[in-house]
Amino acid sequence: MSPLLQVRNVTKKYGGLTANNDISFDVAENEILSVIGPNGAGKSTLFKMISSFTPTTTGEVIYRGERISNLRPHIVARKGVVRTFQETTIFKSMTVRESVVVAQHLRARASLAGYFWGSKTAKNDVTAFGKYADELLEFLGMSDISKEQASNLPQGSLRALGIAIGLATDPKVLLLDEPFAGMNHDETMNMVNLVRSVRDERGVTVMLVEHDMPAVMSISDRIVVLNFGEKIAEGTPSEIQNNEKVIEAYLGSVDDEIGM
Amino acid sequence: MFGFSSKQLIGVGLFLFAIFIGVPLVIGATGRWDFYFTLTSVALLAIASAGVWLTFYIGRINIGQGAFALIGAYVSAILVVKAGWSFWISLPAAGLFAAVVAVLIGLPILRLRGVYFAMITLVLTQVVTLTALALPVTNGAKGISNIPLPSGISVFGIPILPDFAAMENTKLAFYYTACIIMILTYAALYRLVNSRLGHLCRSMQQNEELASSIGVNIAYIRIVIFAISSFFGGLGGAMFGSIAQSVYPSSFQVADSVNFMLNCFLGGLGYVFGPMLGTLVLYFGWDLLFEFGKYQMLIYSTILIVIIRFLPNGLLSIRFGKGGDK
Repeated sequence: MSPLLQVRNVTKKYGGLTANNDISFDVAENEILSVIGPNGAGKSTLFKMISSFTPTTTGEVIYRGERISNLRPHIVARKGVVRTFQETTIFKSMTVRESVVVAQHLRARASLAGYFWGSKTAKNDVTAFGKYADELLEFLGMSDISKEQASNLPQGSLRALGIAIGLATDPKVLLLDEPFAGMNHDETMNMVNLVRSVRDERGVTVMLVEHDMPAVMSISDRIVVLNFGEKIAEGTPSEIQNNEKVIEAYLGSVDDEIGM
Repeated sequence: MFGFSSKQLIGVGLFLFAIFIGVPLVIGATGRWDFYFTLTSVALLAIASAGVWLTFYIGRINIGQGAFALIGAYVSAILVVKAGWSFWISLPAAGLFAAVVAVLIGLPILRLRGVYFAMITLVLTQVVTLTALALPVTNGAKGISNIPLPSGISVFGIPILPDFAAMENTKLAFYYTACIIMILTYAALYRLVNSRLGHLCRSMQQNEELASSIGVNIAYIRIVIFAISSFFGGLGGAMFGSIAQSVYPSSFQVADSVNFMLNCFLGGLGYVFGPMLGTLVLYFGWDLLFEFGKYQMLIYSTILIVIIRFLPNGLLSIRFGKGGDK
């Protein structure tokens, strides 16, 4: 079976600085794949290129046999590859439910003019959006905060909201940007379970960029390790944990940093 | 009815009653016929301000509505005077022309944000004024004067719209026309804001990156909104030219563009009907301060600053509290 998403020889240069150098790896369907690496390793840049938020300098990203790099973000989203952001990127003055309703843009069947005139398709859409929003919020355990304004939410709920907004688009591949950052152990475990159920129950392939080692080790099927813009390793969590290059270049330094 | 609560319906009913029956009664009783011209101007400026409000709704500060009002005024005047069109057909044509120009200008500039977009729109009014001075079709500095009053329209011999030139009281006719167009404009605006397009605008206003990540073609929506906004500007401008029966390069200036924006600020960016109230208050406020002579501008600006300082969400926030979006 050919992989769902392929990163092929992707390089990104900002002037003289090489953020990513010749990165290649595959993502299989229904997999949870993590991209890890120290700060400045080029993880976020890689994510931006996969979601076409920034063009590649050379190389390409292929999704189901189609190139999705160097397009525009909404087109990539339409194809089913959707990214989430870190917690500050939300619709601040919308409620949780409103955010999830508006995020179902790609599920709309009526035209914008149809919504203006109130066509039958549009009315059906509006009902369906509301129903799906409630269902999704229930699935994510957020029903009780559905009427809260997004700007009033605590950090953990903001992350969940980000995932809810991403899921509302019916993605095939969801790219999560540091879903565990700044969370305590319990919050992290909740989020790990949530991400797992997104994959298990909704059939969404998940790629994530993350710092939190224990969480990454427990959640990932496979891990790609970046260091200074280069891919230095790829494999299952146990392979990565025993990879000398990784231990030397990455894990060791992190252990010192956070005093593990 | 139409998804409105009974309270809202009563409000709309009272408003319609006031402007269509109340105002003519009061003016008839007091004999202040000049108020018709003032109120007609308010209605037309409110139409153009509605457009500016809409660009605010996608998070863009638009100080260029004067440009589109001027374009609308010229297009209508040229079509009526030189091509012999009926004013009533030239009116939507003027709006559409302004919208097309907005698309062409918007394509390169709408990707700019914040103060950068605002600065470019600020220049637009001046550019259109200079263009009007330079082009042969706009008659340069002499402008286009002696525009005939709107003629009547009849379909199969049934009169739909009366001939303004044959009327005794054109002031009242213009007042009614302006009010009807204003109401249609705000009804459309209200509907737009509360439909999916409005929700997408809100999402873009709050976070364009996130909006594009959920599949919204933000460049397309920005263009559509800017075109609709300029359509309103062209409509208001065309109607203005028809009432004044003349258009000059100075008919709409940078100061007018700034006023359109201030109308929105003053009324409240969070309320669809904010610009309508803002226009009324700003226009009358300026007139009422006339007797202060050379201190008019000073007092006027001070009051504006105080209002914006203490009511950052606009005048309507007194009535509706913070964060409402009706």
